[in-house]
Amino acid sequence: MQTRPMRWLRKNVVVLAGVLALGYLILPNLVVLAFSFNKPKGRFNYTWNHFSTDAWQHPCGVADMCGSLTLSLRLAVYATIGATVLGTMTAFALARYRFRGRAATNMLIFLPMAMPEVVMGASLGTLFLNMRIRFGFWTILIAHTMFCLSFVVVAVKARVMSMDPRLEQAAQDLYATPAQTFLRITLPLAAPGIAAGALLSFALSFDDYIITSFNAGNTVTFPMFVWGSAQRGTPVQVNVIGTAMFVVAVLLVVAGQLVGGRRRGART
Amino acid sequence: MTTEPTAAPGDAVRLSALSKTYGSFTAVHPLDLTVPAGSFFALLGASGCGKTTTLRMIAGLEDPTTGSVALGGKDVTALPPYKRPVNTVFQNYALFPHLDVYENVAFGLRRRGIKSVKQQVGDMLDLVQLGGMARRKPHQLSGGQQQRVAVARALINKPEVLLLDEPLGALDLKLRRQMQLELKRIQTEVGITFIHVTHDQEEAMTMADTVAVMNAGRVEQLGAPADLYENPGSTFVANFLGTSNLIEAEVTGTSGGDIQLVAAGQRLTLPAARCGAEVTTGGRVLAGVRPEKIALVHRDDEDAIAEGRNRVPGRIVDSSFIGVSTQYVIDSPVCPELEVFVPNVERDGRLVPGAPVVLHWNPAHTFGLDAAQDIDAGLDADAVEAALSPDGAGTAAEAAV
Repeated sequence: MQTRPMRWLRKNVVVLAGVLALGYLILPNLVVLAFSFNKPKGRFNYTWNHFSTDAWQHPCGVADMCGSLTLSLRLAVYATIGATVLGTMTAFALARYRFRGRAATNMLIFLPMAMPEVVMGASLGTLFLNMRIRFGFWTILIAHTMFCLSFVVVAVKARVMSMDPRLEQAAQDLYATPAQTFLRITLPLAAPGIAAGALLSFALSFDDYIITSFNAGNTVTFPMFVWGSAQRGTPVQVNVIGTAMFVVAVLLVVAGQLVGGRRRGART
Repeated sequence: MTTEPTAAPGDAVRLSALSKTYGSFTAVHPLDLTVPAGSFFALLGASGCGKTTTLRMIAGLEDPTTGSVALGGKDVTALPPYKRPVNTVFQNYALFPHLDVYENVAFGLRRRGIKSVKQQVGDMLDLVQLGGMARRKPHQLSGGQQQRVAVARALINKPEVLLLDEPLGALDLKLRRQMQLELKRIQTEVGITFIHVTHDQEEAMTMADTVAVMNAGRVEQLGAPADLYENPGSTFVANFLGTSNLIEAEVTGTSGGDIQLVAAGQRLTLPAARCGAEVTTGGRVLAGVRPEKIALVHRDDEDAIAEGRNRVPGRIVDSSFIGVSTQYVIDSPVCPELEVFVPNVERDGRLVPGAPVVLHWNPAHTFGLDAAQDIDAGLDADAVEAALSPDGAGTAAEAAV
């Protein structure tokens, strides 16, 4: 006979493992959340002093922080748009057409993902320097678009490759011109891949530090600001921004799941 | 054997010298074919025989290497698929997964700028008995329902010709039978010309008015199902369409309307009208007879066989009871594996494997074929079909963009 605790364990081991893994992932975020309500004693927000909502009431109370945050958001939006448009077109070209240099392109597209960021950042910086391009917003944007591109191409290409070419033929057979076929059939079917690529791009661009620091000149993005301030003492507001971003991301995912679930559920 | 391409107003489709080659491989040899308006026409053949390629050329999804396609008397060879008055029911249906049944069916109407589609879509869904399914997504439907959506989506556009590419291939046997009758009913109801591509000879014979049997990129024979079955013009057609017993025989002479043959010492009679091949005394010919035309008696009862019937001795090798009939395999001096289907009316208990028997049949049921061809042509066609992927799949990627 098995003892009762053993039986309980056998039944719940998957749940237990899941909870532990989730805890491992979420605990750091909870710490960030908790310390956004701290009023630190010195300059460093590493030990709990006492509860305060000061930082939440004045999120932009630290000099330059909100400026760098807006810059990072702008960069992320532009880089996402650029990389998604370019990457989607590249993915279609790679998935659909046979042309000279296709294999080489396929391989090169992977490089930014495989190469150490330091190497890429440094070589890109050297390139800009040699071309006498002034570092700043545009150099960062070019750098971000470049490394986001690979992720969009990979995500969209996987989706396009798995699409049944007969669907587009069926659309043409049903009087859809090539443009209508693309808009009505191809694009909606590729949309999940494009959305995944875009989300990835936004996240990657927003929190990139290494490549950015090689190509920023005097411009300071949000990750650079956090890194810089961490050496002098992190303001509590950094935790506030971090928590806010986390909450927004979680809400977006939950909303997405709910919409998707309702769509599936409504018709069964 | 093909029909002469003549420009008649009643022709829904006319193919003239239509061919398709991929590199050095010829998928379809120059083909002349006329499909009368309002008919149910089947292109029957094994995988890779060029039937799907032919269909895709009619739809405009494949560019012909030579020749032309005319629909309703108008040359459409140069038109893209979306400008041709044909619609296709694809193999595996190709329903748009992100659109519901209603929008799938309305797709063609909307693309042609028709605003009020509600009435038409409703009527069409009723015709295919899917009235309550309008808001379902394709993946929520069973195979048979998806198939009906595919038919509705194509038919609603009232095409001049409806093309069906192995539309029942993905369904199980019972559902396939049901859909065969359903499609036939719909065709009769709407009166549109159907061109049906299939590798299933029973399906082709059940549904079509005219069947074109294709083999290796050519039309072997064309005609009404019963005509093809009773008078196959080649060993391929004889073997591919149902089962045939082909006996190699020597011509000994002609008398009246009959050709006298001898095979392994047995004298057989073949009506001259049913022999497509040139015969000369001393020459060889293949005498064919369908298994269900043959009667089987035990050798002890040989005297009871009426005079004037073709008779062949043999020994039962195998028998299988399949309910409606019993199928025997007979080893005979004229042919090592003769097949005989005997309806289960009165079963003779002596007819078991090993028993000596005599086969006999009415000479009028014998058909003659040229002995110069491969006697086994078309025999393994169905087995090949199962092993290979459907033809046309390899070219799909090229045509995708």
